[in-house]
Amino acid sequence: MHILQPKWRTALTRARQERASGGTGKAIVLAVVGLLFWAAVFGVLLRVLRYFRGVQEIGALLAGKLLSLSLLSFISVLLLSNVITALSSFFLAKDLDLLVSSPVDRVRIYVAKLGETLLHSSWMVALMTVPIFAAYAVVYKGGWLFPLVAAGTFLPFLVLPAVVGSATTLILVNVFPARRTRDLLSLIALGAAAGIILLFRIIRPEQLARPEGFRNLLDFITVLRAPTSPLLPSEWVTKSVMGYLGGKMDWLPLYLLWSTAGAAVVIGAILHTRLYHTGFTKAQEGAERFVRGGLWQWALGGLLRPLGAARREFVLKDLKLFFRDTTQWSQLILLAALLVVYLFNIRALPLFRGEQVPFYTVSIVSFLNLGLAGFVLASIAARFIFPAVSLEGRQMWLLRSSPLELKALLWSKYWVGTIPLLVLALAITVLTNVLLRASPFMMAVGVCTIVLLTLAISALALAFGALYPQFETENAAQIPTSFGGLVFMMATITLLAVVIVIESVPVYGYLRAAFNQEPLHVSPLMLGAFALVIVVCVGATLVPLRIALKKIEQFEF
Amino acid sequence: MIQLETLTKYYGSFCAVDNVTLNVPKGALYGFLGPNGAGKTTTLRMIAGILRPTSGRVLIGGDDVNRAPLAAKARLGFIPDRPFVYEKLTGAEFLRFVAGLYGQDGLLVERRIDELLEVFELSAWKNELIESYSHGMKQKLIISSALIHRPEVIVVDEPMVGLDPRAARLLKDLFKGFVSRGGTVLMSTHTLEIAEALCDRIAIIQGGKIVAAGTMAELKQQTKSGDIGLEDLFLRLTGGPAAKELAAVLEGGL
Repeated sequence: MHILQPKWRTALTRARQERASGGTGKAIVLAVVGLLFWAAVFGVLLRVLRYFRGVQEIGALLAGKLLSLSLLSFISVLLLSNVITALSSFFLAKDLDLLVSSPVDRVRIYVAKLGETLLHSSWMVALMTVPIFAAYAVVYKGGWLFPLVAAGTFLPFLVLPAVVGSATTLILVNVFPARRTRDLLSLIALGAAAGIILLFRIIRPEQLARPEGFRNLLDFITVLRAPTSPLLPSEWVTKSVMGYLGGKMDWLPLYLLWSTAGAAVVIGAILHTRLYHTGFTKAQEGAERFVRGGLWQWALGGLLRPLGAARREFVLKDLKLFFRDTTQWSQLILLAALLVVYLFNIRALPLFRGEQVPFYTVSIVSFLNLGLAGFVLASIAARFIFPAVSLEGRQMWLLRSSPLELKALLWSKYWVGTIPLLVLALAITVLTNVLLRASPFMMAVGVCTIVLLTLAISALALAFGALYPQFETENAAQIPTSFGGLVFMMATITLLAVVIVIESVPVYGYLRAAFNQEPLHVSPLMLGAFALVIVVCVGATLVPLRIALKKIEQFEF
Repeated sequence: MIQLETLTKYYGSFCAVDNVTLNVPKGALYGFLGPNGAGKTTTLRMIAGILRPTSGRVLIGGDDVNRAPLAAKARLGFIPDRPFVYEKLTGAEFLRFVAGLYGQDGLLVERRIDELLEVFELSAWKNELIESYSHGMKQKLIISSALIHRPEVIVVDEPMVGLDPRAARLLKDLFKGFVSRGGTVLMSTHTLEIAEALCDRIAIIQGGKIVAAGTMAELKQQTKSGDIGLEDLFLRLTGGPAAKELAAVLEGGL
């Protein structure tokens, strides 16, 4: 506890400072969003579990299976997350020099750092399980003791992946240098995540919901009882929880959970005392690399020449930093997977299965697709454009002491983010409209709107990134998950909703004319709505950029 | 060349720099001394245009850093005390980038990069990512970056931190040469021997205020000290008794 004292004291002081600087509003927004999320998960699960409960014979089996599968997915996420977090907390953290040079027992360091790793990597999963267990407790009438049972089973469940993750990292660092391991891990983690998404989508889980998919009840029960291993901690938690809820508490899984967690910590501590020092020494090695960089200068230097020396070098610098940081560029893998899934979903829509495709259904899907595409673009902007200002943080001394205009800085950041986003936006919109066989009118509306929206989303991402900068962060991938990232997403969703509502007026006019087989009459209302969309999007581009510039001018370092 | 006019900086209610007026003439190597937390770094960062003063102004070669920042900053090379640089660039790329910020590019810049890396013995590291540089190497790279655009004024915060004796000597010679060619240096340092040996004039700041400024002879006259060195003069001006107490505590502890 003493070892972690500086950490929690820092957290407390930061919370106090937040409160003093009017951070209460921020806390309220976070709490409301969190509660809404909890309520949504709780609500959906409540309905599902109530339905299961109504199914005779196999209801409890289904509920147990659902819990077991959820916990299995949690444990996979926890394992990956612990491996990555352990790398920072055990090998790259700033307090390690002090700790390792102090006369502190290695086992104490291990326990403290294990606790830190567990907390950092598991808090999100722990929060996620609250509405899940709550729904089980309500449907199966768990009573007041249920929270204790749930906590008692879930705590060792969290400890196990933390120990295994830390031990894996310890072994990996002993083989590779820590900084190389980080690159390797972020690549593996994102590749695995992308693979899971693709696999999940390609097996088309929605088919399981079709009753005609099952031949008989026996087949279904066999599938339910089949795969999960009795050796998995997720199965032990399920057995404990479902046993308690069913009125027949089975103590063996609980013993297994606690004894395995205890044994794992002891084995982890032994491994730590044997291997940590060598690993820590190796972690001090840099990931030295010999880089020519001439290709960038050759390929893009000439192309960007008209921009002038300052802007050209700035753009080149941003691109080099992006593609040399594995934690950043590897996110493109995930992005590619999401894009494939997106197009796959559009293709899988049951629009062209009947004999005659209703023209207006296609048009409505094509129109609403704008909102979905906008949301995808906002998520990408949150990943890649939102952190742009924060990433300059420590080097701001250089930019501020040079004669570079801050406008040029903002300009470079804006276009470096916007151009790839624009290409992607156009690709998504054109491809989906082609897949949907949308009319030229809908294609034109879609393309023009998405261009305007992309320009605005980019500007909003940059502006919120400047308004809520994270200069102290060491990992760029964590910046989008901050409070500012949340506010950006909320603002963007509002913009998307406003644009769709305004544009629904001319789209409705077009559909009505097409439905009545009349020629399209371009009314002033239609033109006014399109003009309003242009005004809203241009406003949502220029105003945030101006605010961002003002904010950057006020930064003090 | 550098003029500070009633320069003041508040952080909330705390006054870090209090009504400082100072004139650094062209061709001078000016020392800026003071105990920890006296306001040295804040003053230097305001001169470099990184921090905005609460009131007062900074002129570099007659241009106001806040009103005509581009003209003022084009004359300036700033060397901070902590070497934060883009770790994923190579040394040569970083210098090329900094030159670009000053609107310079082409063969002349490439030649200058090679020259500077040669002078600071970084040529072998030219194409290595900065993340593999040591602290001292990063400091040398930052010093090179402050010189890449051939500035008229160098503002430097603790230049010797992290440098090996050879590089420290090189830097001293470099500053002397720069000043002899008409350049101006404003340097903050805690190494009083270096300040005494190098600087033409010295200003001492404490509690955000300039408590003495001038040549060594003028400082002695101002404080009515006899023939004493800069260290004694500094301690006298910035709280000698406190230093003596510290020495007593340390001796007691041992």
